[in-house]
Amino acid sequence: MSDTTPVLELRKVDKSFGPIDVLHEISLKVRAGEVLCLLGDNGAGKSTLIKTLAGVHKPTRGEILMDGEAVTFDRPKDAADRGIATVHQFGGTFPLMSIGRSFFVGVEPTKGWGPFKIFDRKTANEIAVKAVRDFGITRIEDGDRLVGGLSGGERQSLAIARAVHFGARVLILDEPTAALGVKQAAHVLRIVGEARRRGLAVIFITHQVMHAMAVGDHFAVLIRGAIAADFRKGEKTREEITDLMAGGESMADLEASLDTYMENHEGHAPQPAA
Amino acid sequence: MSNETLPTRTARPGAGAALMRLTRRPETGAVIGLIAVYTFFALLGGPVFTGPAGFASWLNIAAEIGIVALPVGLLMISGELDISVGATIPAASLTTAILAGHYDLPDYVGVLGGLGVGLMIGFVNGMLLIRTGLPSLIITIGTMFGVMGLTLGLTVMIAGSTGVFLMSDVATRFVLGQFIGGMFQVTIFWWLAFVAAFGFLLHVSPVGNWIFALGGDRVSARNAGIPTDKLTVALYMMSGFCAAFVGVSQVVVYNSAQVLAGQSFIFNSIMCVVIGGVLLTGGFGSIVGIVIGTMTFSIVNQGVFFTGIDPNVGSVIIGALLLVAVMTNDGFRALALNLTSKKK
Repeated sequence: MSDTTPVLELRKVDKSFGPIDVLHEISLKVRAGEVLCLLGDNGAGKSTLIKTLAGVHKPTRGEILMDGEAVTFDRPKDAADRGIATVHQFGGTFPLMSIGRSFFVGVEPTKGWGPFKIFDRKTANEIAVKAVRDFGITRIEDGDRLVGGLSGGERQSLAIARAVHFGARVLILDEPTAALGVKQAAHVLRIVGEARRRGLAVIFITHQVMHAMAVGDHFAVLIRGAIAADFRKGEKTREEITDLMAGGESMADLEASLDTYMENHEGHAPQPAA
Repeated sequence: MSNETLPTRTARPGAGAALMRLTRRPETGAVIGLIAVYTFFALLGGPVFTGPAGFASWLNIAAEIGIVALPVGLLMISGELDISVGATIPAASLTTAILAGHYDLPDYVGVLGGLGVGLMIGFVNGMLLIRTGLPSLIITIGTMFGVMGLTLGLTVMIAGSTGVFLMSDVATRFVLGQFIGGMFQVTIFWWLAFVAAFGFLLHVSPVGNWIFALGGDRVSARNAGIPTDKLTVALYMMSGFCAAFVGVSQVVVYNSAQVLAGQSFIFNSIMCVVIGGVLLTGGFGSIVGIVIGTMTFSIVNQGVFFTGIDPNVGSVIIGALLLVAVMTNDGFRALALNLTSKKK
């Protein structure tokens, strides 16, 4: 797999907002049919990295390559046209629209001609329902249902199915499992697996190591805007990854120091620093 | 016929699904409100209210508000408000009256002039909104005062008074100002035409999908490739046009134009739209709902005069109706979100 050209590659990308450096020399590669897990605690720069990939921010230095060719995104639309699709934590952004309508926002299928073109609701619903069902969500049968009535996992699945249907090649999943229960999260992880099977390059952003290990082929840990570790599946254990995310400080050390503190303070946990 | 089996067993789940489908529609609450309000006034108002005169009384009002409420509703679904309709109506009627009455130009010049003023006001509203990004409430309050001042100033300057007379010719009167059967304004039929046009736009054409998306999330809609700026300007121009249409038809019906006519349309149009189940913050609503909201509002507005109740009570009822409508609509929207067509 390593001899194929990555679909998306970042080379020493820096991003600063004024004097503040948020991303520092980020180099990443993601290939077709591969899931890259981007792990990082809150404030590690994950959001900025996603926005840079999605064309919202422009890198201050460094370059972004697609299929080995340097690209620049001036607007989110440029990234989308190149096949980079971002699915956010809560899935669809139009909770009060029907499944069929929201699936085709901006690219509505039509019947008829000229000023009398009509929105082909039946086709839209059929295609949308089929697309999510192909991803294994068989509970969705009616394209007239409102998106807001779906469960969190179903909404994520719908958003992923939509991105794939419209030819996404790189799928950026921004904490897709963060707000979900165990069952729903398993659902979404299966769909991530399905997207990989279909040959998409997936960038899976999360801080849940278990979820990452379930689907990831390749892992990168982001700490304070820099890649702290870059390794492949099976090269590190869960404990090692958790320790890495906690900023190099071993989770075991932390627990030990907490225990000592509690012993010395009659069982009271330390007050959080203000 | 006799050998056909009665489909009792199979009809049951179908009927249940139809009922659930009904509760999912945004206008279900509005229909219940309409029936309740009509029954109330039919009981109190008696046969005069339920007779042709009663119908004409509230339909004539409904047609005028309804024509304005349709584009205001579309704007609300797209997440915006338009307060300036209250100034557009008199601006259009005075333009028509001054051109065709004061300057004695042909009627069609006056009518086109009035409609043109409406389109222009809408264009200015839309451009200000997309250029400044200020809340539409503020922008359209601003343009309302601007248009009102200009209308008053120019009318006094040109005609020397705040009212202008216009005796329109037979053709104009036939198209815009006749009373069918002596009591039903022709505006009612114009309203129906507008309902058909806006219903097509919102529910049948792909543009309707853009309007819903725009109200759901402007940024996502733009990222999905929808020309959000053009759409916003177009919606404001529709609103200006429809308000101007009402202004022009008023001057033909009443033979005169007054500077201060139209103020009541500002809140009345918003109320019709909200009673009809449109979500104030955008993204949800329907044309049928707006029509029903308009009818409900007009029945209360006119029905009071057919009862022995003090007309001031009418305002109290309208206020209460608005609150109840918003509450039930919220309830039905929650139902729409939670119901699945097939529970498992």
